[in-house]
Amino acid sequence: MNRARANSLLFWGSLLMCYVLQLMPLPDVMLPLKPYWLALVLVYWSLEAPERIGLGFAFVLGLVGDAFAGELLGEQALRLCILCFILLRFRARLRFFPMWQQALAVFTLLLNDRIVLLMVRAIAGEAVPPATYWLAPLTGALAWPWVFLLLDDLRARIRARET
Amino acid sequence: MAIASNDSAPLFATGASSTLRLIGYLALAIVLMVADHRNAYLTRVRWALSVAIEPVYRVAAMPAQIARQAGLAMADREQLTETNAKLSEQLLLAQARLNRLAALREQNQRLQELLDVQHSLGLGVQLAKIIDVDTDPFRHRLVVDAGARQGIEVGQAVLDAHGVMGQVVEVLPNTAVVMLITDPTHALPVVVERSGLRTIARGSGTLDTLELPNIPISGDCKVGDRLLTSGLGGHFPAGFPVGEIRAISNDASGMFAAAQATPDAALDRAGEVLIVHELPDAIGPPAPAPASGPPTADAAPDSRQ
Repeated sequence: MNRARANSLLFWGSLLMCYVLQLMPLPDVMLPLKPYWLALVLVYWSLEAPERIGLGFAFVLGLVGDAFAGELLGEQALRLCILCFILLRFRARLRFFPMWQQALAVFTLLLNDRIVLLMVRAIAGEAVPPATYWLAPLTGALAWPWVFLLLDDLRARIRARET
Repeated sequence: MAIASNDSAPLFATGASSTLRLIGYLALAIVLMVADHRNAYLTRVRWALSVAIEPVYRVAAMPAQIARQAGLAMADREQLTETNAKLSEQLLLAQARLNRLAALREQNQRLQELLDVQHSLGLGVQLAKIIDVDTDPFRHRLVVDAGARQGIEVGQAVLDAHGVMGQVVEVLPNTAVVMLITDPTHALPVVVERSGLRTIARGSGTLDTLELPNIPISGDCKVGDRLLTSGLGGHFPAGFPVGEIRAISNDASGMFAAAQATPDAALDRAGEVLIVHELPDAIGPPAPAPASGPPTADAAPDSRQ
């Protein structure tokens, strides 16, 4: 398998994995802690392979996510579009942040995402979510270094095998 | 969005065009959401995509299933013997109760024939397994492995061995989505078993609590009372256990008493559920009678014929 193919396999595989992880059941206590995997992987790929990622791509990813989750069609599309826009705008700086600063930036992005989601749901007329609703960005930021290292390592291996 | 790949690109180099595109996509997303909110397009989209969606659901549920089976395989002998003993005890009890019920049923049949009543409590149910996926931790939904091909329809009530769990809100070819009674957007007409007081149980957003926000202050209702479905509204068959009142207090306005109840159904456990087959006839107020009173001008000639 040549490198381009291995790379795109990793790309699509990681996205598919996100959808599965997003749907994966967890014990009740841990449910509110589930990070928004799709956003984390989108952050990684827009930092490392921005030529694959654009607003339109984020939009389509979100639509597929909506189809899986069965929520409002367009909800995740909106969230991911906003995320992707901010990300691509600050990409040049985010890339060279040390890990902890990156994690902090990811935390802010995910927090912003939660606020967007809250706005959408409030407009749709839903009840205000409990306080645990705000825990997910925190776990997302904690998960970010591991997602980053894992995907980076996999990419480095693909590169190493080639040479 | 155009990404400058050369290093000389300034840090803030995204022109007005990318902002425009963002606005375009956001507007598109909002249009989609509004359209979906009004017309529930997503159900149709999901129906079309069910070939792709359902396998992903099964894959996502797999690790939990494997973990459960591994737990079962590794459960030690003592534990198994214990559950076995407990279950056979329960079976014995249930058997005894069933025997009595058989007699009661015959008696009931006789009495019903005597009264010439058409309705019966005969209940067509269908067993379905829960697919353990979580679409959103803040909405109380379940996915079950029976769908349109198995004859499931939107609106059917879902029960477990202990009580009412919820109702089917969405049907795909081979799976269905169930809204639990504890979902914040769910409301269920109930009746207090002891006093016959009718009220509404709303979901609270936590799995172990139902809210009964407006009970009249003078209403006869106290801690420990059992709640049954009242059958009003026609969505749920009447007489199924819903929960037990745990606490009563005055609501904020002081005009009503507000109670909290613990649902009977084991909502947090995966396993099998029963889906009630036929939608019950609505037991509610009869259709409004044609207006009586002095005939209006254009109705007058008819009434004279």
